[in-house]
Amino acid sequence: MIEAQGLTKRYGRTVAVNDLSFTVAPGKVTGFLGPNGAGKSTTMRMILGLDNPSAGTVRINGRRYAELHHPLRQVGALLDAKWVHPNRSARSHLRWIAASNRIPVKRVDEVLEVVGLTSVAGKRAGGFSLGMSQRLGIATALLGDPGVLLFDEPVNGLDPEGILWIRQFMHRLADEGRTVFVSSHLLSEMALTAQDLVVIGRGRLIAQTSTQEFIDNASESAVRVRGPEMERLHGLLTGQGLTVRDVPAGADGPAALLVPNASTEQIGELAGTVGLVLHELAAQRGSLEQAFIQLTGQDVEYQAGAGAPAGAAAAGGGTGVAVPPPAGEAPSGVPLNVPGGDAR
Amino acid sequence: MTLLTVERIKLFSTRSPWWCMILATALTVGLTSLFAATTRTKDLADLTPDATQFAYNFGLVVMMVMSTLAVTTEYRFGTIRSTFLAVPTRTPALVAKAVVVASLSGIVGEITAVGSWGIARLIQPDAPLALNTAQEYRNVFGVGLVYLLASVFAMAVGLIVRQSAGAIVIELIYLFLLENLLPVIPRIGDSIQHWLPFTVGDNFIVAGAVRHSDGPPVIDNMPLGPWGSLLYFAAVCIGLFVIGTVLARRRDA
Ligand SMILES: Nc1ncnc2c1ncn2[C@@H]1O[C@H](COP(=O)(O)OP(=O)(O)OP(=O)(O)O)[C@@H](O)[C@H]1O
Ligand SMILES: [Mg+2]
Repeated sequence: MIEAQGLTKRYGRTVAVNDLSFTVAPGKVTGFLGPNGAGKSTTMRMILGLDNPSAGTVRINGRRYAELHHPLRQVGALLDAKWVHPNRSARSHLRWIAASNRIPVKRVDEVLEVVGLTSVAGKRAGGFSLGMSQRLGIATALLGDPGVLLFDEPVNGLDPEGILWIRQFMHRLADEGRTVFVSSHLLSEMALTAQDLVVIGRGRLIAQTSTQEFIDNASESAVRVRGPEMERLHGLLTGQGLTVRDVPAGADGPAALLVPNASTEQIGELAGTVGLVLHELAAQRGSLEQAFIQLTGQDVEYQAGAGAPAGAAAAGGGTGVAVPPPAGEAPSGVPLNVPGGDAR
Repeated sequence: MTLLTVERIKLFSTRSPWWCMILATALTVGLTSLFAATTRTKDLADLTPDATQFAYNFGLVVMMVMSTLAVTTEYRFGTIRSTFLAVPTRTPALVAKAVVVASLSGIVGEITAVGSWGIARLIQPDAPLALNTAQEYRNVFGVGLVYLLASVFAMAVGLIVRQSAGAIVIELIYLFLLENLLPVIPRIGDSIQHWLPFTVGDNFIVAGAVRHSDGPPVIDNMPLGPWGSLLYFAAVCIGLFVIGTVLARRRDA
């Protein structure tokens, strides 16, 4: 259980994290999603007491990190797989960390086994590949068999096999009842990994919801419809006040109509009442990444609709490049709507 | 206790400390044997215990570099963050490191001191090298204590600067330029010299020794006696380390 309250971090004039409040519940994987520079790593460093917050607090199981006795037995973290002395062997690296929190030495060999590094345990860590370093980092996080785990971009630079391994691994940790908080800048990755999401953009909270809900809201839904009498179909739909876009024939099929914010039921029934023949009727999803860029890029504008992201997403096909708000300036009195904040 | 174990594992699980220890000993003992071997028979009376320690500064600098690196490589490779994750109050971990690294420096200091004295005795058995007075014991065995405290000084600089090259350059400039040039300032130079930490630390070893033409320099009229000098040097080194620790606690890791 991790609880952040009004967490803020300033580096000089840069506001890296801005009044961030969220909760991470045990028993599931919670994704921490935001584009590059959103403040994910900074937030994780503050959770772990490495950086001092400029304002706000963050607690793990009700206590500040610095107050934990033998913290590695309660919290495991992989922030940067490179935090290893390159000339030290993997086993020596784990051995000193284990010793610091009175974790038995046999646990070192156990975690090496879990991540599959037993055969290279005596080799210098500087010679490890990215995937091996990442595994060593995970072994470090697991040393104290902690109930709370934090991973900062654990799949960055890994091959598909490594990504799959880490994903399944995190699911297993969550199934064991642990709190798993994992950051990423890829919504597509989080869609497969996390049940819950904490989404930030430019240091501010954009949403805390279940992943499913976020995706449903974030991606534009539309209905693709096609029939022999396109003219009549077009007239029928616009006559009902629906927006209709013509899709010329192309790679994804013959010419059709695209109706945003409508359901297949609605359009099928409409066509049925006037006896129109349809050749195609399908629900379509906009690109997740596109929608995500839009949400996180226009964080300030977006705040007004934190509970109903679909509005912002459907507003247009812009690239989402927004002018950053002046540092330190609060959004004009818009309350943050944080769904799912009651997680326990 | 556990944190001392941690720092011991850290220190000895990389190779550079070993190299530094070997280099410090070889350099000091090697130079002393050269000095002893080239001493002419008519100067043999000058080859007293304190004269065998003239080269201790070379090993001292090497061990200071090792001590600095023990801190700065942790910043360089990010292991300081792992350390602070394991010991979030930070101070105990840093104190444990200081104890382990400084003790090692002290032991190496004693080895170089006894080694230098022993090799001179082997090479010139007729020289007056027997240790009889308290002063003669201090002339040889005092070297280890200065190594120990200088190591604390070096770690403090490492904690403040957090960067290997920068910290080592600062230490070398201080040791070889400032401590030698400040006394040259007219009028106040002498009184400054009496309070320069490494000059005072050196006074602990050499105080009371007779001045020889080619032996270690002995500065006259030092205000503090040998043990007072050691206390003063210790206060400076430990004070600096306290500053380094306070900074390390306050700053973002
Ligand atoms: N030590 C620091 N000093 C100054 N600015 C910093 C520091 N650390 C982070 N920042 C700034 O804070 C902002 C957030 O950085 P952070 O690393 O937390 O982002 P992130 O979400 O982890 O991004 P990424 O996906 O690229 O890892 C950035 O604008 C960054 O430049
Ligand atoms: Mg990051």
